[in-house]
Amino acid sequence: MTLIADPKAPRPPKAGPGRRTTRGNVELYGWVFMRVSGVLLLVLIFGHLFVNLVTGEGVKAIDFAFVAGKWASPFWQVWDLLMLWLAMIHGTNGVRTIINDYAEKDTTRLVLKSLVGLAFLVVVVLGTLVIFTFNPCPHGVAADLLPSFCTAG
Amino acid sequence: MTAVAEAPSKIGEVPSFTVTLRVLRHLPADDGELAERWDEFQVQAHGTDRVLDALHQVKWEQDGSLTFRRSCAHGVCGSDAMRINGRNRLACKTLLKDLDPSKPITVEPIKGLPVIKDLVVDMEPFFASYREIMPFLITTGNEPTRERLQSAEQRERFDDTTKCILCAACTSSCPVFWTDGQYFGPAAIVNAHRFIFDSRDEGGAQRLEILNDKEGVWRCRTTFNCTEACPRGIQVTKAIQEVKRAMITRAF
Repeated sequence: MTLIADPKAPRPPKAGPGRRTTRGNVELYGWVFMRVSGVLLLVLIFGHLFVNLVTGEGVKAIDFAFVAGKWASPFWQVWDLLMLWLAMIHGTNGVRTIINDYAEKDTTRLVLKSLVGLAFLVVVVLGTLVIFTFNPCPHGVAADLLPSFCTAG
Repeated sequence: MTAVAEAPSKIGEVPSFTVTLRVLRHLPADDGELAERWDEFQVQAHGTDRVLDALHQVKWEQDGSLTFRRSCAHGVCGSDAMRINGRNRLACKTLLKDLDPSKPITVEPIKGLPVIKDLVVDMEPFFASYREIMPFLITTGNEPTRERLQSAEQRERFDDTTKCILCAACTSSCPVFWTDGQYFGPAAIVNAHRFIFDSRDEGGAQRLEILNDKEGVWRCRTTFNCTEACPRGIQVTKAIQEVKRAMITRAF
């Protein structure tokens, strides 16, 4: 053994003074998620718009019965749930990125990000709840406002 | 051969014109605070003169207190990157006649780095990021007794990023770097790219690890400011995306 340091072995990568390392795959997964969810959302949103606005009677068909009829099917429940979650995570992550880029003070950053997080939570929890606990046949409502399967039974 | 200093014919004479330089001065006051002001200088210049020549003329003949960095003055050392007419360029590679000399030419220090005086900025944060990506060859095993061979194609893979002169024109043109200065910056990523894609180097994984940081390649928004600013014509944004791609293929 010699006392001379082996020049081929580099020092372990260490952050310089003034920078705390924030290494990890978090931003990598975030970046990939934005691309993947973006492509999925293109299909989901344009599918949603096409089914609601173009097919059948078009825009005029949309009323309580139309929405209730759609949410009676598990297919549209899953579709709308996916759309809600993907759009909310995608949008929130995008706004988080913008805050990181533009907020210069740490406190501003924290406050803005908390607001975005709060808005995210409210919309996602409320939306998910509505999709799953939605009652297509509420009591005491005129039958002509309800979907056809409510009166059939 | 006779020297014709004052030949009657003026063939080949370079036309001269007057340009106005608007220089952003940062002068340290007695209390250590930097006082900012715009100074205007009139300079008699020729069509072959660069912004650096005009700055020299100001410093040598008009105001000796004007402070700026320059070393080789031929676009190789990377000392005189500054913001000229709102774009980061090397003063020694920018001809005055290409900048519309009929209007005042603005000269400012590069943005995002602390100004020391006039056009001189503190480059330390920039070089700290550069050192962090380990800009040297990393190998394992015994040292070969001869050169480490590489094919022309293997060399071509990272040829573009070997051209970097560390002038900081790219990093200080990046809006993400302007905000908090924590981002590694295009220059550090370009120099990591130069080793990551070098077939002789074995430290690629380590360097990818370093740049896979909240402040690493993922803060790049592909605004292409860096590519536009690079005085060596390096495809900086492309290099950053190639590093991103290498990270994704490594992770999945």
